[in-house]
Amino acid sequence: MDHRIEKRIELKAPVSRVWRALTDHHEFGEWFRVKLDGPFVPGQVSRGHITYPGYEHVKWEAVVQKMDPERLFSFTWHPYAVDPKIDYSKETPTLVEFRLEKTVTGTLLLLTESGFDKIPSDRRIEAFRMNDGGWTEQMKNIESYVAKSS
Amino acid sequence: MAAKRRAHAPVFAALGDVTRLSLVAKLCAGQPRSISQLTEGSHLTRQAITKHLRVLERAEIVHSVRAGRESLFEFDPGPLEEIRNHLDSVSEQWDQALSRLKSFVEC
Repeated sequence: MDHRIEKRIELKAPVSRVWRALTDHHEFGEWFRVKLDGPFVPGQVSRGHITYPGYEHVKWEAVVQKMDPERLFSFTWHPYAVDPKIDYSKETPTLVEFRLEKTVTGTLLLLTESGFDKIPSDRRIEAFRMNDGGWTEQMKNIESYVAKSS
Repeated sequence: MAAKRRAHAPVFAALGDVTRLSLVAKLCAGQPRSISQLTEGSHLTRQAITKHLRVLERAEIVHSVRAGRESLFEFDPGPLEEIRNHLDSVSEQWDQALSRLKSFVEC
């Protein structure tokens, strides 16, 4: 099981432009499809609602963590918490980080979303990858990991 | 996506323990096993193993079936597959959002 999402995307726009698209709440709302009540402020809750067709009933709520100009923007939230019947507040929030790097052609944007679990050891998480070998294979990994650590 | 999603925290919590992971490892071979079989080769008591199995059972990672006077425990891949699917869907949502961001800043 891969418990971290990582994306890299090259944008043909200057870092300052990308930074504004990420951190200006109107601009963020445009591409993210969310209507936000107010600007992003580190340490404060950002509220609004999704404008993506079919998900208009969904509230947006995130806590802004860091705004390091033109380098790092991060917030914690409950990822795609779309089912009104589920109490997401009991789930561990995940951390979303946007990192910007200047390139020759524009900006490299690195997105990570982490913290999907509370399993303490990265190695255990690694052992839960279900991608290729199927369960039996994965469980052999866990078995040998467990054998080593007990 | 929405309808099938359930709380994941209990599943992760249930797996965050070496003994329980090793029980899952034994059970995921597919063969249902009794508490005695699962206690064998471990230095834990039957009671301790039973307690761990109940935690896994509450998270629906294993379930028990009666076989005569014994309970056999069986692995259920469902909850873990749901987590996988959930991560895939979050990942997919990001792909879409980032491609909208790209069009937004490049125009």
